[in-house]
Amino acid sequence: MNVRLVSLLVLLVSTTLAAQSSVPRPLEVPYRLITLKNGLTVILHRDASVPVVAVNVWYHVGSANERVGRTGFAHLFEHLMFEGSKSVKEGEFDTLLESAGGTNNGSTTKDRTNYYEDLPANALELALFLESDRMGFLLDTMSPERVNGQRDVVKNERRQSYENRPYGMADLQLDRMLWPAGHPYSWPTIGEMADLTAASHQDVVAFFKKYYAPNNASLVIAGDIDFDRTQALVEKWFADIPAGAPVEPVAPPAAMLTSVKRQTLKDRVQLPRLYLGWLTPRMFAPGDAALDIASSVLSGGKNSRLYKRLVYDMQIAQDVVAYQQSGALGGSFFIIATARPGKSVAEIQKVIDEEVDRLRRQPPDAREVQRAINQTEASFYRGMERVGSYRGKADQLNAYFAAGGGPDYFAEDLARYTSISPSDVQAAIVKWLPADRRVELVVEPETSK
Amino acid sequence: MRRAFLCVLGVLCGCISVSLAAQDRSTPPSLGPPPTLNLPAIQKRTLANGLPVWIIEAHEVPIVQVNLVVRAGSGDDPAGKFGLASLAAAMLDEGAGSRSALEIADAVDFLGANLMTTSGFDSSAVRLNVPVARLADALPLMADVVLRPTFPVDELERLRQERVTALLQARDEPESIAPAAFARLVFGRSHRYGTGAIGTTPTLKTFIVDDLRAFHSTYYQPANSTLVVVGDITADAAVAQLEKQFGGWKNGAAVKRVEVPAAPQLSRGEIVIVDVPGAEQSQIRIGWVGVPRSTPDFFALEVLNTILGGSFTSRLNQNLREEHGYSYGASSRFDMRLSAGAFVAGAGVQSDKTAESVREFFNELNDIAKPIGEEELNKAKNYVALGFPGQFETTSDLAANLEELLVYGLPEDYFEQYVPRIRAITANDVQKVASRYIQPSRFVVVVVGDRQSIEPGIRSLKLGPVRTLSVDEALGP
Repeated sequence: MNVRLVSLLVLLVSTTLAAQSSVPRPLEVPYRLITLKNGLTVILHRDASVPVVAVNVWYHVGSANERVGRTGFAHLFEHLMFEGSKSVKEGEFDTLLESAGGTNNGSTTKDRTNYYEDLPANALELALFLESDRMGFLLDTMSPERVNGQRDVVKNERRQSYENRPYGMADLQLDRMLWPAGHPYSWPTIGEMADLTAASHQDVVAFFKKYYAPNNASLVIAGDIDFDRTQALVEKWFADIPAGAPVEPVAPPAAMLTSVKRQTLKDRVQLPRLYLGWLTPRMFAPGDAALDIASSVLSGGKNSRLYKRLVYDMQIAQDVVAYQQSGALGGSFFIIATARPGKSVAEIQKVIDEEVDRLRRQPPDAREVQRAINQTEASFYRGMERVGSYRGKADQLNAYFAAGGGPDYFAEDLARYTSISPSDVQAAIVKWLPADRRVELVVEPETSK
Repeated sequence: MRRAFLCVLGVLCGCISVSLAAQDRSTPPSLGPPPTLNLPAIQKRTLANGLPVWIIEAHEVPIVQVNLVVRAGSGDDPAGKFGLASLAAAMLDEGAGSRSALEIADAVDFLGANLMTTSGFDSSAVRLNVPVARLADALPLMADVVLRPTFPVDELERLRQERVTALLQARDEPESIAPAAFARLVFGRSHRYGTGAIGTTPTLKTFIVDDLRAFHSTYYQPANSTLVVVGDITADAAVAQLEKQFGGWKNGAAVKRVEVPAAPQLSRGEIVIVDVPGAEQSQIRIGWVGVPRSTPDFFALEVLNTILGGSFTSRLNQNLREEHGYSYGASSRFDMRLSAGAFVAGAGVQSDKTAESVREFFNELNDIAKPIGEEELNKAKNYVALGFPGQFETTSDLAANLEELLVYGLPEDYFEQYVPRIRAITANDVQKVASRYIQPSRFVVVVVGDRQSIEPGIRSLKLGPVRTLSVDEALGP
């Protein structure tokens, strides 16, 4: 059944039922969208099940907007956003929120930077005050000392996540191997140490002016809110922020693997690990959902192809995982396995290649695919439970909006999966996971010869 | 990732006036009164065999969480058999009723369900999360796993190898080495809390199927368990299905639970360096024996710990991360189990600032005994009290909250009393518990890092006797 037809059916069903009751269907997330004169997109969603409100801002800038020699900026900048702005003294951002019973955080990926506050419903205006002040007036107080301070914190974040973690450096090496030099996805979001050291106060100021403008941002407020009152508050705090110049989209160079690229790294680990990587479609493009289902067929649960053979039957791997990771500019697919003591990555690679090849020649069973789809569907329902934090409804509304599908894309997104057939999975593996055009990275114990 | 009143509206009655004149930002907006906690009703029923069922109806999302909570965990492992409770729980779904491990997994996965068999120090649980439309198909699988596990010897071998390998891998990772070494130093190798829940390689190698069967038949009984149900189902419908699946479960011999004894407190401090050559960070853990969950000082300690190391603006985090930039984050906590777990403060810090970081830890741990100012006290109390209602949002949050009541025998009105009891804490209360439970001169300090570069600086702090260990010496076999 083709996707558009399924979406239409879902819409028809939801419209009919909506006529009978005012309770939205499970995957409907009704919203109001307004655009301020300065270009800020505002999305409101009401969910009064708990007296909390989630405020979630996406700036449409990520590490993909950086350049070689100045990597790590988007993430360093994210840190600086918490250090105070014109009307918020250093340290006050968190103090004010904690005093109101709120939690907050932010994150940076290749494509976007997000910030969120989850608060009791009465504290909504505090979050709007804080977000608007740092959106419009961060530079007023951003000093070289502040940049230096957060630079040190970020370097420690990198050490903790990469240099001082087993297999940590392999994570960074994979992207360097997959994407061509200069491609926005080739450098790590955390940045190279040398680039972090070189980042100057002026560099950071320029970055803010270019990317942190209301016309390059979207604000979602979800939870126990009244639409009209909330809209008025948003106008009150954000309307006076001047728009910035339009931001040009990133135009990445073409990326294609034409052969096998293989490397070996040594690390302070007991067990060798194998990484296989491919370049695949970007988020929501054809093949993206089929590869998600393929990853579940390959490594989702005990009966999955790779887990069953490598971990359960042969017991030559301690773990194996396959996943599709897609962004705005492209995607990648990984199969990663750790060897048991005394076992080799060579024997593991042989089995992986056999299993992937089987799926090229013969589609998975209908049951295998349906199992994966059922798991996906259940996870969509679970995603409806929380308004705040990462991947809560507020964050997801922002994610769908940023991808161009409209904020309430939940049912359409699920429909991408429910419509997948075994031959779709087979076709995606044939097209996107060839054996002779991929990355192979092996991490070996330092002590091995 | 970064790790952290009625509004005076000037009501715009339906018309939005957009003014480009600057908004006055000289003070943050004042907030209206906080919303009250709307505790969902907990309905309590009992099955025919005496198994209690606690139900919260939550109809927003068509999901149901069903948790079978068993009052036995790693704390109940016999001497020489550390890891038994954990392995027994893990084995439950490796064969049950007439189904093999693969058949159970396939059936559960096909329903879009998650079925987890887990265990901690104080309790074990079998937890099912499933779309409500499939609950009737999922519950029999859950019941099989709880009531009729078969403990196949092949699966035992597989899990044994998996766990032994995991312990091996943990020796690669400073963030795993540090808490393991710390626990061993605080509690010793014979106290249950000195070893992790999964045990050690020597104990794992001893387990036979009969050990697992015996643990299961001893502790997994209706009289020692409770069912918790949260989600899109009525209490009547839930009980009807549960009666069918769990009503025939029979009790065995009465459970006599042996308490984990209170561990002797540390009497003098010491510093132990665990060598990871070339490490770019040092993982630091500092502390001693803390308090059990039943401590009468629970609420005062919640507030104390929030101030010391339990929030982004806490003293430890502000010092080590924001002020000095030595770390991505520092924190502290009281690990409150049925018996006293540890008090621990910790952080990962850049190697070349290890000694400075340890000194700052001690500065803060000593300073916390001084009187706390009103502003700092109120900020902490507000953070805890006002954030409390937000912990009742999802089905799994609600189920976890009920589990806490059950496992620790908390009073029926615990949730209603939580906020008022936090609000009642005074600066005096905090100072009293600080001086009693935070005595830095008696703490053990574990530093997992590059001995060669960090040792001289640590010795020069003159905080107490210093010794160095390899990872294998620190963790044992």
